[in-house]
Amino acid sequence: MVDLIAKSPAAGLLPFVAGGVTLAEIVPDFITSIMPHRDARAAVSAALKAAHGMALPGDGRTSGRAALRAVWTGRGQYFLIGEAAADASLAAVASLSDQRDGWALLTLEGDAAADVLARICPLDLRAGSFRRGDTARTEVAHMMAVVTRSTRGFEIMVMRSFTRTAVAQITGAMRSLAAQGAG
Amino acid sequence: MRITCPICGDRDLREFHYRGAAKLMHRPAPDAGDEAFYDYVHIRENPPGLNRELWFHELGCRAWLVAERDVTSHEFKSVELAAEAKRGAK
Repeated sequence: MVDLIAKSPAAGLLPFVAGGVTLAEIVPDFITSIMPHRDARAAVSAALKAAHGMALPGDGRTSGRAALRAVWTGRGQYFLIGEAAADASLAAVASLSDQRDGWALLTLEGDAAADVLARICPLDLRAGSFRRGDTARTEVAHMMAVVTRSTRGFEIMVMRSFTRTAVAQITGAMRSLAAQGAG
Repeated sequence: MRITCPICGDRDLREFHYRGAAKLMHRPAPDAGDEAFYDYVHIRENPPGLNRELWFHELGCRAWLVAERDVTSHEFKSVELAAEAKRGAK
């Protein structure tokens, strides 16, 4: 068996800093998609609590802690992201699939992070309407994305094959904002 | 245009995909005959004013929606999940 070298989605592209804003990549050990079976949401939430210590988040919300968190990613779908894969007990009430190699996770942090993202994302990013722990399926520079507000900025997930485009678009917005001295 | 998704809230039009008249949800029975299928596939009312339409929140939560839109003003009167609209119709 050939020993293959694993490369992260944004290897060699990040981090990038401009105008006090930093775009970086995080590579979680596991990403598991959890899709509860019909009418099984409560059962999945209970199983997740028993196995991983967190309930399923509500629509547009996240739950858990930084090291292992559950993120709402659409109608009837959640991602468990972090140090552990979804426990096998969940498979009785939900469909699980390994998404580890499918997504790039980017962090956009700094005082002007919202101003950068506002240039390429139609979401209302004001702190009052998109709070810490809030998450949204939305569009970032014409790509489907998962955008979550974190403590110091945003976590942006795009499908792995779009990583280069996402990095080009986000760093472009960062450069533009920094050049205008708004950052 | 802004559309209020029942799950995601007020969102920009660019997240959505327009599919067509909500009539598409009511497919005739397989033995309903050519006339019924001709009507289902090709015949649309297209009135000025309120239309019932199918929208897909493609770049959002990926829910199918039934929206009532006034095509003269682009005002959305109501937006509901297609799954619930279908359940309610039964």
